[in-house]
Amino acid sequence: MKLPEVNDLLGQMTKTLQTLINDSATAPVVMVGIHSGGAWLAKELHQALQLQQPLGLLDISFYRDDFAGKGLNPNVLPSNLPFSVEKCNVILVDDVIMSGRTIRAALNELFDYGRPAKVSLVALVDLPRRELPIQPDIVGIQLDLAPQQRIKLSGPEPLTLTLIDRKA
Amino acid sequence: MTSHPKPSQLQFNANGRLRHFLTTEGVPFELLTEILDTAESFVSVGQRAVKKVPLLRGKTLVNLFFEASTRTRTTFELAAKRLSADVLNINISTSATSKGESLMDMLWNLEAMDTDMFVVRHADSGAAHFIAEHVTPNVAVINAGDGHHAHPTQAMLDMYTIRRHKGDFSQLKVAIVGDILHSRVARSQIHALKGLNTGEIRVIGPKTLIPDDVEALGALPFFNMAKGLSDVDVVIMLRLQKERMKSALLPSESEFYRLYGLTEEKLGFARPDAVVMHPGPINRGVEIESAVADSPRSLILKQVNYGIAVRMAVLSMTMSGQNEAIDGSGDIG
Repeated sequence: MKLPEVNDLLGQMTKTLQTLINDSATAPVVMVGIHSGGAWLAKELHQALQLQQPLGLLDISFYRDDFAGKGLNPNVLPSNLPFSVEKCNVILVDDVIMSGRTIRAALNELFDYGRPAKVSLVALVDLPRRELPIQPDIVGIQLDLAPQQRIKLSGPEPLTLTLIDRKA
Repeated sequence: MTSHPKPSQLQFNANGRLRHFLTTEGVPFELLTEILDTAESFVSVGQRAVKKVPLLRGKTLVNLFFEASTRTRTTFELAAKRLSADVLNINISTSATSKGESLMDMLWNLEAMDTDMFVVRHADSGAAHFIAEHVTPNVAVINAGDGHHAHPTQAMLDMYTIRRHKGDFSQLKVAIVGDILHSRVARSQIHALKGLNTGEIRVIGPKTLIPDDVEALGALPFFNMAKGLSDVDVVIMLRLQKERMKSALLPSESEFYRLYGLTEEKLGFARPDAVVMHPGPINRGVEIESAVADSPRSLILKQVNYGIAVRMAVLSMTMSGQNEAIDGSGDIG
């Protein structure tokens, strides 16, 4: 399977996001990337959209639902939201959405910082195997893969997608 | 120094992850660094509107203190609460449980309440190690100070403070001053500083309060403040532990203060940007002058604050390490 170029997807996503931002109400727009792939993508989108507020970063390790089985991520990074999310339109960015569990964790963490007016979700790749009722607002590409296949984003320079076969 | 339990492999699981935290001795550089990095992420949690994460929700921590403590016990309690764990505080006088058997009976009773973590302080060296040997699997034991032996979370919060304010350990000269002989904090600090490849580790104090084996631990002994503090980046003062002194090791408190008390004048021997630390409780006018303790170069209250994040890191890492299968790399999509 030939995977698309990340920059091409980011180009389309920037246009759609610009429309979403223009259409949004008066609430200030802030962008938050999820470590680490989502943070790389958010940096690109944040720059392309020239958002006024600095970029926020979330590491959802402390909010995962699989601590009992998988334990603590040894490479956890500090979350940093250099703005108040109170009454803001938050654009949450991740690389791949599959089960929806990462986004569940990210939403829980986000709300520990305050009460946003609205949260929109942007994902580069959508693998539609949801285990929770969570859907992205903007998607770069939707891929139907075999159950054992995954998509990995490498970066930050260059940003590339790789197909991973878990049986391999 | 009195005899001590051997460095323990008991605190690591089969994958080399921490499952108890009993000593900083023999903990590899990577793991010490991981504790500090994880603490860094918890510091950011402490700065939010909601200072709590759900990581240890449903777990129960028992603070088992056989010796008095305010800072350590309360910061462990706060750390556990900020991880959403439930906390039970038990303070027992040492005399009531001086026999191993009654200690074990107490432990079994507490285990019967389905507790998950024991934070132990005890006057006997090796107490936390003993408890870790006897607890049921999946229960984590954290040493909050055992006799003269170790106080690993205090040492790690000191390491965090040093890294945050002074950076790369390999470039630093660190001096620990005062009653090294009776100090479990000093021992744990020396092991941690050594494990983190610190440029130079010094201990300063009267000959009677410096253990004979200090050079074997990796520290250089000095008996004079002017020489010992020369060119150091970090000065760690220790409390004079009068309650642990069994023989006349000191002529008098005032003599000690004259020779080793950290005054502004003596701090002048250190580098101009040197910072001052103290694990507390401080004895003003015994080992440290008020003007120094309250100066902008003093990190004493910052140490207390960082102690919460460092203990959150240790609690979550040891609970994580109770599961042998854990490698922490799974993605949840």
